[in-house]
Amino acid sequence: MSDGLALDNVSVTYRQPGGRRLRAVHDVSLAIEPGEVVGLVGESGCGKSTLARAICGLESLSSGTASFEGHPITRLGLRRRPTPLLRAQMVFQNPYASLNPRRRIGAQLEDGRRIHPGRAPSVVELLDQVGLESSAAQRFPHEFSGGQRQRIAIARAVATGPDLLIGDEPIASLDASLQARIATLMRSVALDAGASLLFISHDLSVVRLIADRMVVMRAGEIVEAGPTEQVWSGPQQAYTKRLLAAIPKADGRGELPQLLP
Amino acid sequence: MTITDPTPTETAPITDRRRLVRWPQAWRRPLTIIGGVIIAFWVIVAIVGIFWTPYPPLGQIAPRLSAPSGEHLLGTDSVGRDVLSRIMAGAHVSLPVPILVVALSMILGTALGAIAGYFGRVVDEVIMRLTDLVLAFPTIILAMVVTAALGPGLQNAVIALLAVSWPSYARVTRSLVLGARGSEYVVSGRLMGVSAWRSLTRDVLPNILAPIVVLATMDIGNAILLLSGLSFLGLGTVPPTPEWGAMVSEGVEQFSSWWIATFAGLAIFSVVLAFNFLGDSLRDALDPRAQKSVEGRAV
Repeated sequence: MSDGLALDNVSVTYRQPGGRRLRAVHDVSLAIEPGEVVGLVGESGCGKSTLARAICGLESLSSGTASFEGHPITRLGLRRRPTPLLRAQMVFQNPYASLNPRRRIGAQLEDGRRIHPGRAPSVVELLDQVGLESSAAQRFPHEFSGGQRQRIAIARAVATGPDLLIGDEPIASLDASLQARIATLMRSVALDAGASLLFISHDLSVVRLIADRMVVMRAGEIVEAGPTEQVWSGPQQAYTKRLLAAIPKADGRGELPQLLP
Repeated sequence: MTITDPTPTETAPITDRRRLVRWPQAWRRPLTIIGGVIIAFWVIVAIVGIFWTPYPPLGQIAPRLSAPSGEHLLGTDSVGRDVLSRIMAGAHVSLPVPILVVALSMILGTALGAIAGYFGRVVDEVIMRLTDLVLAFPTIILAMVVTAALGPGLQNAVIALLAVSWPSYARVTRSLVLGARGSEYVVSGRLMGVSAWRSLTRDVLPNILAPIVVLATMDIGNAILLLSGLSFLGLGTVPPTPEWGAMVSEGVEQFSSWWIATFAGLAIFSVVLAFNFLGDSLRDALDPRAQKSVEGRAV
C-alpha cells in the first residue's frame, strides 16, 4: 500500500426509516499523496461530508476499501481509535460546536499535543501559528468569535502532528471577509506541519485559491477531478461548468448567477 | 421590568461563568428571596435543634394535648411532648435526609442514564426497561412496597426513596447524552484517541449537568413530601423519633387538637414551597430559553 490516503470504490449507505436506503457516497476512488492539497467541491447533500466522516472512521463503509498510511480505516466504535489513524484529523464546519465549552483552550490544545508522534509544538507556538495571542490558552471558548474558534480548532488539529488534515466545510459558517483568510491559513498550517489537506467546500473560488487538485462530487459520485487550474479553466463535465457558472461575480453589474430556475 | 439585561441575549449564560458570580436576574426576584429566606430559617432551626430545644423532644413532661400557650408555644401532643421542640428536633431528620436522597439518586440516575445514552444497545435497553418498570408504578405505592418489604425505619425509607427516584434522572440524563454525544467537540475528542469512557466523563457530562442540577433542586421538595408521606403511613421513622410526617399522622388521630398536625404540616409545606421557588429560579438562571417567558416577554 502506498503512503497517504487511498479510497478504493468506497460506498456509504444510510438506512432510512421505512427500510429505504440512501447511497450517500457511491463507488468513490480517491488518493491523496503526502503534502498535497485537494479541494473537494459539490453542492449541498452531494456526499462531501459523508466522505470526510468515512475517512475519519465515523461512518461504516457498505463496500470498498479505505486505508490510511497503509492501515485499513475501521469504524470508530467504543474502542479507542487505532494509533496509526490518529494521524488523520478533522476540522469541523461549526466553530461554535467544535470546542468543549467547559474547558480552557490550553487544555484542549494539550489533548492534541499528547498524541503527537514526535516533539509537539508548544501551546504558545500553536496559538502563534494561527494568529492568536498566548493569553488565549487561559480562556474559555465562549470568549472567542467564530473565526477565532475556527483558528483554535485548526491549531488543535495541527497539534496532533497530522499527516492528513480534513476540513469539512471549515469556512461555511464564517462571514465572507474571513473565509479566504481561514482557508489560506489552513493550507499554510497544514503544509508547515508536513500534512496533506483535504479541503471540503462548496465555495469554488476559495478552493481555487488554495487547492493543488480539485475533485468535483455530485450525488455521491466523483464527476470530475484534476489539477485545479485545469478544472477551473477547462471543465469537461456539464455539471462542473454549471457549478462554475453559479459563482457570483463582483463585477459591479449586479447580475445574478445563471443557475436560477 | 425597566432594567435591561447588560449582557447581550446571544451569549449563552450556561457557559458564562462571570454571569453566575454576578447573581443572575432570576435570583433577585421576590420568590427566590422568599424561598432562600425560608430555607435559611429552617437550616438555622435544624442546627439550633441539635444543641437546644425548649424541652427535650422525647420528654413526656407536660400535660397531654394542651393548646398553644406561653409555656408551650405550639402546644403539646397526645403523650405530653412539646410540639415546638419536636418540630425543631424533626428538622434535622426532615431536611437533610431528603437532600441526601436526592443527591444519591442524582448520582445513581445520572451515572446509569449516561451509560445508557452513551454506550447504547444492550446496556441502554436493560437500563431503560428498568426505568420503565419503576416508572410504571405510582411513586408512593412503590416506595411503600419497598419499605414494607424491608421493614419500617429511616434507613429503609431512604433505600425506598432512592429506588423510586433514580429513574427520572436516568431518563433525563440519557436524552441529554444522546443529544450531546454527536456534538462536534465530542467527536473531535474521540478522533484524538480519547476512550469512550473519558469522552463521556470529560466532554459529555460536564456540559449537560445544569439541567440535571435544576431537576434535583426541584426534586428536593418532592423527596421531603415522599419521606413525610412514608412516615405518615408509619413506614418511615420509628415512632419516638420526631419527624414532621409522623407528627402530622399523630395529629390526625387527635383531630380536635388541631395544633399537632397543623404546625408540622406548615413546616413541611413551607420547606417544599421554598425548594420549589429555588428550583424555579435556578432553572431560569441556567436556562436562557425559559427566562424570557417567565418574565412575560415571550414572543
